[in-house]
Amino acid sequence: MITSLVFLSSGIFLGWSLGANHAGIFWGTAVGTKMVRFKTAAILCSIFVVLGAVIGGSGASATLNKLGTIEHLAAAFTVALAAALTTYFMSRAGIPISTSQAIIGSIIGWNVYSHLITDYVVLVKIASTWVISPILTGITTYILFKIVQYFFNRTKMHMVQIDNFTRYGLILVGIFGSYALGANNIGNVMGVFVYSNPFMELNLFNIITLDPTKILFFVGGMAIAIGVATYSKKVISTIGNNLYKFSPITALIVVLSVSLTMFLFASSSIHDFLVSNGLPAFPLVPISASQAIIGSVIGLGLARKNVDVNFTQLRKILLGWVITPIFAFLISYISLYFIENVFLQIVN
Amino acid sequence: MSSFFSSKSKDLQNLINKYIDVVERCALVFEEGVRCYINWKEERFANYYKDMTSLENEADEHRHDIKFKLYSYMLIPESRGDVLGIIETLDDVVDVCKKVMEQLSIEQPDIPENLRPGYLELSELSSKTILELVKATRAFFTEIKLVENYINKVHFYEHEADKLEESLKRKIFEHRDIAYLSVKMHLRYFVEKIVLPSDMAESVAERLSVYVIKRRL
Repeated sequence: MITSLVFLSSGIFLGWSLGANHAGIFWGTAVGTKMVRFKTAAILCSIFVVLGAVIGGSGASATLNKLGTIEHLAAAFTVALAAALTTYFMSRAGIPISTSQAIIGSIIGWNVYSHLITDYVVLVKIASTWVISPILTGITTYILFKIVQYFFNRTKMHMVQIDNFTRYGLILVGIFGSYALGANNIGNVMGVFVYSNPFMELNLFNIITLDPTKILFFVGGMAIAIGVATYSKKVISTIGNNLYKFSPITALIVVLSVSLTMFLFASSSIHDFLVSNGLPAFPLVPISASQAIIGSVIGLGLARKNVDVNFTQLRKILLGWVITPIFAFLISYISLYFIENVFLQIVN
Repeated sequence: MSSFFSSKSKDLQNLINKYIDVVERCALVFEEGVRCYINWKEERFANYYKDMTSLENEADEHRHDIKFKLYSYMLIPESRGDVLGIIETLDDVVDVCKKVMEQLSIEQPDIPENLRPGYLELSELSSKTILELVKATRAFFTEIKLVENYINKVHFYEHEADKLEESLKRKIFEHRDIAYLSVKMHLRYFVEKIVLPSDMAESVAERLSVYVIKRRL
């Protein structure tokens, strides 16, 4: 059991890193503009990330497993470690990066190392969401902005009341975003461990039975929560103050758009509902919140008829998109070699 | 719906409204007070001066309360600096109105008959400028798209007041019945004083128009 937990550590590290990086997207402006205290944000974010992971995490995670089914714990450890190291180094460089891309690069590294053929249909499906998700988020932002603007220009509500609404709104969308993040991105953290899951089914007082995957996702969710609590302050200040200047109301729109997109790409019930009605459904895929937010900012710029983006920062992010999967691929490939030949672990 | 909001927010909202009401009353008292002085209604002027003093005190109390509530209760964190800026500069307008009446009551300048209409009009314009500023400030809190309209009117009345100030000063110095330069300078001094509230109102309006851009979505 202890060996298993040691092997899980890389996933936990990855979750920690995800929490450190992503809390800022959903809570950055709320905290940066002092609408919500960091402590409140961290607590709410942690609770709802865990709930999202445990309740809604299975859909997006399953898609990731179609790309590469890793059945050995040591291999899963290495793949997650490669992704974790990638996100950690990028995060140290102050770049809000995508864990989804790190884990994909990492899994492909494993596929190549194990001489397995990568399922390109699944890869294309996943990669296409990288393009679709920012566009969809941008469109949502544009529409939401126009609606809010319509009411904002016509309301006779006092500034203090609007502020109050915004404060509650930011907390609500922050909660929704945290849930969506947990549901959508737990696959990135724990998805590779699903087929080598060391946990057993757990029966709590004969009332609730938690299957091993749910326990795995709970552990991953806790890791994200710890990342939020211990390390997200720096990234929160980057998102809140440096990259884009959001007022609380625009932040509300942006966070809601990003959360809706993440939720759409994670919700099995929406997916099943659309499929059962013969409608085109969104693939259940872990998407990148940092890419979605860029789409949102552009949507906001278009709605306002001015694009007010810090291009130096934007370039840094675009660079991260290219470097992330390649970096993760290389680390994964090299580490697998060492794990197999130096530490003599079975990886395939 | 009202119970949805915390009492702190409601308190702040009421305080801001009360404060703006005080500024509005101050503009009206200023106009009436100066009118009474010019028309030699000494007793009524003295009453208005008293009213003005208590309005100024009231404004100070509200201002202090607003500042305290804004910062200790963490309300409207994004715009509290701006709100405080508006409140502080509006307070300068109130102070100036009180100061002018105080100086009238102390120095009691003797305004020649044919210059009186000019002084009256000047105090009316000053008061109108403040009243438009009051509307702009109310709109800033409740209906932001209207602020620009009121600010335009502030600029208009302030400009009219400036023009009148100049012509009144010329009349004073060209006046044949005033023999002493000291008297002319005293009269000119009061022209400059009575126009001052409108100048200050304009600078508050300029601040407001920047804050409107900041608040726009």
